[in-house]
Amino acid sequence: MSKHTLSVLVENKPGVLARVASLFSRRGYNIDSLAVGPTEHPEISRMTIVVAVEGLPLEQVTKQLNKLVEVIKIVELDGASSVNRELILVKVRADAATRGQVLDVVQLFKAKVVDVAPDALTIQLTGNSDKLEDFMKVIEPFGVRELVQSGMVAIGRGSRSITDRTLKPVPVAVTAN
Amino acid sequence: MSEQVTGAQSLVRSLEAAGVETIFGIPGGAILPAYDPLYDSRIRHILVRHEQGAGHAAQGYAAATGKVGVCMATSGPGATNLVTPIADANMDSVPMVAVTGQVPTAAIGSDAFQEADIRGITMPITKHNFLVTDPAEIPRTVAEAFYIASTGRPGPVLVDVAKDAMQTTTTFEWPAEINLAGYRPVTRPHAKQVREAARLITESRKPVLYVGGGVIRAGASAELRVLAERTGIPVITTLMARGAFPDSHPQHLGMPGMHGTVAAVAALQKSDLIISLGARFDDRVTGALDSFAPGAKVIHADIDPAEIGKNRFADVPIVGDCRDVIADLVVALEAEAAQGREGDYEGWVRFLAGIKARYPLGYDNPADGSLAPQYVLERLGKIAGPEAIYCAGVGQHQMWATHFIGYENPRTWINSGGLGTMGFCVPAAMGAKVGRPDATVWAIDGDGCFQMTNQELATCTLEGIPIKVAIINNESLGMVRQWQTLFYNERYSNTDLQSKRVPDFVKLADAYGCVGLSCESADEVDATIDKAMEINDVPVVIDFRVHRDAMVWPMVAAGTSNDEIKYARDLAPKFEEDEL
Repeated sequence: MSKHTLSVLVENKPGVLARVASLFSRRGYNIDSLAVGPTEHPEISRMTIVVAVEGLPLEQVTKQLNKLVEVIKIVELDGASSVNRELILVKVRADAATRGQVLDVVQLFKAKVVDVAPDALTIQLTGNSDKLEDFMKVIEPFGVRELVQSGMVAIGRGSRSITDRTLKPVPVAVTAN
Repeated sequence: MSEQVTGAQSLVRSLEAAGVETIFGIPGGAILPAYDPLYDSRIRHILVRHEQGAGHAAQGYAAATGKVGVCMATSGPGATNLVTPIADANMDSVPMVAVTGQVPTAAIGSDAFQEADIRGITMPITKHNFLVTDPAEIPRTVAEAFYIASTGRPGPVLVDVAKDAMQTTTTFEWPAEINLAGYRPVTRPHAKQVREAARLITESRKPVLYVGGGVIRAGASAELRVLAERTGIPVITTLMARGAFPDSHPQHLGMPGMHGTVAAVAALQKSDLIISLGARFDDRVTGALDSFAPGAKVIHADIDPAEIGKNRFADVPIVGDCRDVIADLVVALEAEAAQGREGDYEGWVRFLAGIKARYPLGYDNPADGSLAPQYVLERLGKIAGPEAIYCAGVGQHQMWATHFIGYENPRTWINSGGLGTMGFCVPAAMGAKVGRPDATVWAIDGDGCFQMTNQELATCTLEGIPIKVAIINNESLGMVRQWQTLFYNERYSNTDLQSKRVPDFVKLADAYGCVGLSCESADEVDATIDKAMEINDVPVVIDFRVHRDAMVWPMVAAGTSNDEIKYARDLAPKFEEDEL
């Protein structure tokens, strides 16, 4: 199964997320990860969707997405020419005996401790999915009490912006039925 | 120029500005504010008996005229009753705008009386939909709704308006232009793709023009005829495209698919080039995909890019409006011809003509002397003629109607193709008659379908919409019964409707203020149809009591290959004997 990262610019209107989610669900496409947030243009939101396709071309997914009126633009970001990041917050068992070892791991991965309790540490880590996976392998033996992970966000490398030409208005005249 | 009005007035003014002439609908609590200004409007509102009827009527109106059909309903159950017609319009690319009332903004999400999230419910079955809670947004939303419904690949758009938005004072200003950043349908085909298509057409030896409903929606029948006649390429028309090319034309091989003609199915299976125009390689056309037209390259022209390559790989994809695509193809083929390159299809045309002659559409008269349904439709087509509009429900009668009427003109065959909605016929015929009042409109319905939506006969009688209904009464859910005969050892589980006993269709027609007629033998058929043709002040309903075991042939069983087509029960045609 191959995974693709799609950056989808959508109008910032209520219900857009539901439309996209419902499209993926009813057409049987698998979403691996989804993140939505604002962009530098207040009327546009950006979704980063990691889609796993099997037995169907990615083209069919993007064409169906493009049919949604509120979807403005879709760009596929490949790993080499883009930067992608996820964030995890993980609550790890850490008492006086193990805290030092856990902190070593934190340092090794350039993670951050964001909360401390007598028997636990809450650690924040950002990175690509490989890095997060490696971190989890090392931290898991200490005892993971709770884990939360964001969807992936991604952006293309270089100076070009995918929102550059998106907002140029192309109005059409209203005609009667 | 803007002026102070209520949201409801703004809504009605917007509909007027959008060019709406007719609305099919039923009022109710949440939409009530809109019905007050509608009372004074020049828009004709037709009060139907069930919202499903309003939706199908809007579809019939749109299919017959090419204009956007409009239906209106209240919140909750009113809106959910529109769901079937909306889904139907979405499958068959019918331009339609549905306006629904919604509970007041403050009550949305509180499980209020007659509340249903109709925007959420219809998200997967509309081209687009809106929920309006700010009265200032009403004109722009209505303008956008009509624009989206009628351009690109046409489809249904729902506008849900909160009751308080209709009751609040606002300004009315009809927008001069709209700007939808994410909606810019491509209508002009790419010149390079068209040239490539022309090259393939010229090089091919066994091409077929596979014509779909897009040709009708695009109004491209005249262009299609030029293309077909200049090239001599055989034509097949899908269920949604019947009438796009004259049935009487010698190049026409009929309808492909599960109940297609042997010649049309053979034309696809044996072809080396399928030129698909506004069609979508539906499973009812292709049969099992892995054995569909194995030797064919594909030129796929459609206004919806997502249809291209969805089911079958396209060697030459062309995104564009069928009318432009076909016109450009004609020009590109002329350029090929000017350089001395022309297709030679003589052997292919002869091969298909042989199959068409050997396996024509036909039927056997029942041995017991009872009425053959196919005969009824054959006579109806002859007597009412090719200028009449024919609507159908879904099932055996639909297939017989598509084969035996004889269509010569676009927009004269209206049916539910993609969704297969039983109950479509009577309200769709009502809508078609409203849109084309001077045309004779026949509703060809099954006894099962008819009992789902015949309440609209009341609307037809009272509103002066004299449609003519031919019930093909085989007292069963005939298509299901046919499958039970063929695939379930004649175990007729729940398909016997006993409609020759109950209801009495003649009395039912009479109760609705229609003229009811009955016919059960071949020698009465002409006289009965003639009589119906003479009545033009009220609707007419004819109960054609036909043989119950008549079956639809030819047939490709579901999920099997088109190569397995049966001309009649246990009779497989032999393509291979002919020289190709």
